[in-house]
Amino acid sequence: MSDNTAPPGPSPTYAAAGLRVTVDLNLCQAYAQCCYAAPDHFVLKGHEALHYDPAPSADARADIERARIACPVQAIRVEDPEAPRR
Amino acid sequence: MIGSESRVVVVGASLAGLRGAESLRRSGFAGSLTIVGAEPYRPYDRPPLSKAVLTGAVAPDATGLPNLVALDADWRLGAPAVGLDRTKRLVTLEGGETIAYDRLLIATGASARPWPDAAEGRLAGVHTLRGRDDAEALRRDLAARPAQVLVIGGGFIGCEVAAACRDLDLPVTLVETGPTLLASVLGAHLGAVVQTLHETRGVTVLCNAKVEALEDDGTGRVQRARLAGGSAVPADLVVVALGAVRNTSWLAGSGLAFDEGGLDCDAQGYVLDENERPDTQIAAAGDVARFPHPLYPGHRIALEHWGHAVAQGEHAGRLLAGCEPARYAEVPAFWSSQGGITIKSVGLTKGADGVVIAQGDPRHGRFVAVYGQEGRCIAALSFDSARWLPAYAEKIAAGAPFPPEAGGVDAGPLRVFAPGFPDPSGSGPDDPARSGKDEP
Repeated sequence: MSDNTAPPGPSPTYAAAGLRVTVDLNLCQAYAQCCYAAPDHFVLKGHEALHYDPAPSADARADIERARIACPVQAIRVEDPEAPRR
Repeated sequence: MIGSESRVVVVGASLAGLRGAESLRRSGFAGSLTIVGAEPYRPYDRPPLSKAVLTGAVAPDATGLPNLVALDADWRLGAPAVGLDRTKRLVTLEGGETIAYDRLLIATGASARPWPDAAEGRLAGVHTLRGRDDAEALRRDLAARPAQVLVIGGGFIGCEVAAACRDLDLPVTLVETGPTLLASVLGAHLGAVVQTLHETRGVTVLCNAKVEALEDDGTGRVQRARLAGGSAVPADLVVVALGAVRNTSWLAGSGLAFDEGGLDCDAQGYVLDENERPDTQIAAAGDVARFPHPLYPGHRIALEHWGHAVAQGEHAGRLLAGCEPARYAEVPAFWSSQGGITIKSVGLTKGADGVVIAQGDPRHGRFVAVYGQEGRCIAALSFDSARWLPAYAEKIAAGAPFPPEAGGVDAGPLRVFAPGFPDPSGSGPDDPARSGKDEP
C-alpha cells in the first residue's frame, strides 16, 4: 500500500482530499492574524482560545495558506494533497 | 545513516508515531517504512476530542493530522501489535501476521484508565474519553440531552468535558477526590481558581468526594452514582476521567522494562531491557516513553503532552535514522482550553514547594504563576497570558532563582504561597497525572 492510498475506515473528510490543518497551541500566542487571513476557518474566542477548522475544503486553499504565512509564531501546519509537502 | 535496505517499523499511528516517521524520512532514511496502528484511522489530533468535538463544532472524522513529509509508508491500520520478539526482530500483529524490523519506534501511547468495576463500566451511558470513537460516542450521547451528566475526576480531561457540557447548557456534576479541581497538577492554591471558573459557569463541583459505585436503572443504563459516605448523585450520563495507563501490555515477554506507567528509556531515547541495558535498535516516543529528563533528575518521567509527542517523535526519528541527535531536553509544555479560558504551562510542577503570582491577578482572570523548588524556578502557568510564558520557559530551562524578581515598577516583592498539592498517599487514582496532563 502506498502513502497515497485512501485509508480504511469511515473517513469522508480524507476521501474528499481536502486540506488538513493543525495549530501548535503551545506556540500560539493569540495574535489572531490567522483570523484576519481566513476568518471562515480561524476564530479567537475569549482572549486566547483559538478555534479552527481542522479539515477545510480545497476551495479554502488560498485563505489557509495566507493564514499559515501570516502567523507570527509559525504555529500553523497544513497538509495539502495537491501541493508539495513541507 | 542506516541504509536503504533497512526496514523500519513504527508501532503506534498517532502524533508521536507520525512525526517520528516523518523525521526518519526527513533525516534521509530511504528504506522500507511500516506504520502499525491499533485503530482503523490515519493519525488524528486528540486535543479537539475533549473540546470542539463534544460540542459538535468539529466532526470526529475531521481531526486527521496533517502529514508534513511524504512517507511512502505501508500502513497497517486496525491491527494492534500484540507481541515483540527482539531476538528475531519481529513485531506480531493481532491475527498473527509478523513484521520484521531492523529499527523499531514504539509510540503506542496510552489508554483511558477504565472504571475499576468492569461491569459498572459497561453500563449504557458510561464513557471514557481517549480516542476518536470514544469522542463520537460521547458526542452522540450529549447531543441526546441527558438529564444529568456526572464527570468523575477533576483533572484536565474532566474539567474540559464539564466545560463542554456547560457550553451545551447541560447540567453537570464534577466529582474529585482531591481538595480542588486540578489539585494534583496545579496544587490547591491555583486549583481553586479553576474551580471558581467552573462553578461560576454552573458546574456543580464536589471535592474531597469519591464515587464508590455506579448503579443502573434495572435495564442496564446508568442511573446514579453512590458516593463514599452514602449519598447519591443522579446521573444518566457518566464520564470516567481518571487519567491514563500506558499501552505497554503488548510488550510482555519482550524482555523490555515496562509497566502501566511507561516503557523505560535511556537518556538518548533507546529502550531499556529488564537489566537496564539499552536496545539500540529500538526507540520510544510520546506518552508511552518513560525517560530521564535533564531538567528533572533523579527519576524517569512519562509525559502526556501534545508538544512532547511531536518533539520526542522527531528526536526518535533522527536517532533511529542514525543521526546521533543531541540529548532530548525539550521543556515540557501543554495547554488546555476550558470555559473560555486558556491555561498554558511550561516545566513540571511536581515537587514544587512554593508558587508566586508573577504577573497579573487571579481575581481578574489573567495572570502568570511561577512554581519553585528549593530556590529554583521549575514551572510556570499562564491563564490567558500566553505571551509571557516563553520568557519563563527560559528561566526554567536555566534553573533561574525562585522566587523570580518582581517585574514592573508597580510590583512589590512576590509573596510565596504553598502550592497545596494533596498528599500523594491519600490522593486519587489519577495521581500519575501530576507529571503532566491527561490529554486524550
